[in-house]
Amino acid sequence: MRNIWTIAKREYKIYFNSPLAYIVMLTVLGVVALIFGANIINLTTNTFGFSQVPDITIFTGPMAFMLLFSAPALTMRLLADEQRMGTLELMLTAPVRDWELVVGKWFGSFLFVLTLIVVSLIFPYILNSMVDPGIDQQLMLSSYLGIILVSAAFLSIGVSISAMFSNQFVAFFLSLVVLVILWFLIGIPSQLFFTGGEIFGYLDMNSRFYDSLNQGIINLSDIVYFLSVTALGLFIGSVVIEMRRWQ
Amino acid sequence: MIRVSGLTKEYGIRRAIDNITFEAEQGEIVGFLGPNGAGKTTTMRILSGYMPPTEGEATVAGFDIVSESIEVRRRVGYLPETVPLYSDMTVFDYLKFMADLRHLPNAEERVDDALEMVGMEERADGYIGKLSKGMRQRIGLAQALLHRPEVLILDEPTIGLDPGQVVEVRNVIREIGRERTVLLSTHILSEAQQLCDRVLIINKGRIVAEDTPENLQASLVGAERGVLRVRGEIDGLIETISKIKGISNVQPKEDDVLEFQFAPGQDVRAEVARATVKAGYDLLEMRPIGMSLEDIFLQLTREESAETES
Repeated sequence: MRNIWTIAKREYKIYFNSPLAYIVMLTVLGVVALIFGANIINLTTNTFGFSQVPDITIFTGPMAFMLLFSAPALTMRLLADEQRMGTLELMLTAPVRDWELVVGKWFGSFLFVLTLIVVSLIFPYILNSMVDPGIDQQLMLSSYLGIILVSAAFLSIGVSISAMFSNQFVAFFLSLVVLVILWFLIGIPSQLFFTGGEIFGYLDMNSRFYDSLNQGIINLSDIVYFLSVTALGLFIGSVVIEMRRWQ
Repeated sequence: MIRVSGLTKEYGIRRAIDNITFEAEQGEIVGFLGPNGAGKTTTMRILSGYMPPTEGEATVAGFDIVSESIEVRRRVGYLPETVPLYSDMTVFDYLKFMADLRHLPNAEERVDDALEMVGMEERADGYIGKLSKGMRQRIGLAQALLHRPEVLILDEPTIGLDPGQVVEVRNVIREIGRERTVLLSTHILSEAQQLCDRVLIINKGRIVAEDTPENLQASLVGAERGVLRVRGEIDGLIETISKIKGISNVQPKEDDVLEFQFAPGQDVRAEVARATVKAGYDLLEMRPIGMSLEDIFLQLTREESAETES
């Protein structure tokens, strides 16, 4: 555990040394702020008062979408760069287990995204002061839980792919492709085929967030799903690192 | 401290090291000598726990390198050949990070100690990316020394250093080698001679010779050679030098330089000097020519191929 914390702490600090992390943070929060602002203006100018009381999904939805593109940018470097710079040799000869290295890297990026999520709490705070009698607390809890779970899964997939390459841009694009498949495409067969399509519906990340957690519904199966994807990503990453020793 | 038996590593079909067996005791500095691609780095990587061997066994500090890899890594200080460092960190932060991974108590003190040992205290707050090759090498060495390891594995520790730094780093290694086990690789014979208690010569993945540096040289070199330089033409001196007892094969090399051979262990310098001055020449220079690694190497590999032929 201690090693995971040591590695995560280093990665977390390094994010704040690189322009990329600031760009990611500003882009995510900036785009979410724009959408949030546009929604509020739209709702307040079209009718007298709110036609429909806005809930926090007006920005939690876009935020999950933005994180899909941000996660590969945040994870691409993590293990690919260690291989490119040769520092992987340093890590693999330090008394650190392979999985501790992978989990530590992932946890560092997760802490960064958690920071971003904490900063984003300004939106529900603003919204809470605008609507009466305040925002739906249950929805708030479940949406934010959803965003945290989705981020954990995204980042874990990114880390496992970063372990496979020494070129961070290859890692970035492949992570993006995998996430796009899991988020947008994998659910499609379930709508096309009535039999045998359920399995794809089960794997659909998108609906587990938008149709469930982001609607205020906290299902154990969704939580288990996101945690399983996270664990699987970290497991694959660890196996890949261990395989590198045998080359 | 280090026991290696029948170690073999294959990369695909290429055999990088082939059935290597050796031991190194506590308080001993053992040198790996050999050309590039001989298998030095592969052997060191296996012993440092970076990768498992294809065949064979090894223990370091009493622990098996495969089944007890973490225990081995706790007790080994390793300086890889490429000296990988995180260039986006400061020297202090980097060493503190490595010390934390080793769960060292009073990590900051250890970092200061290690920096002092390699003479880099003043650069503690500088970024690693801005350091010269020699400084990076010393930071890599500091990293290997942080936890005062029982076994130190150093892959080409003095490469890229300027002569002053080479002397310093060698002193550090010698100091550590008094109480601990040091395994280092080099392709400089004089370095092996100055530092190592024992030398393993490795070629094409096999150990071709193992002995103290002195014995190796003595057993390989039938005769020692010396060079003599005087002011003016040297031709008249050839006969005079040839007559000195123990000297053979006197050859002029340049107008004012000649080379001679003499039996190992026999000091002929005083007589050569006397004879030169007596003959009316100004003696400018006289020095022995050591056998280079290349010479030893060529000789060993020649012997080996001769053996296989017969």
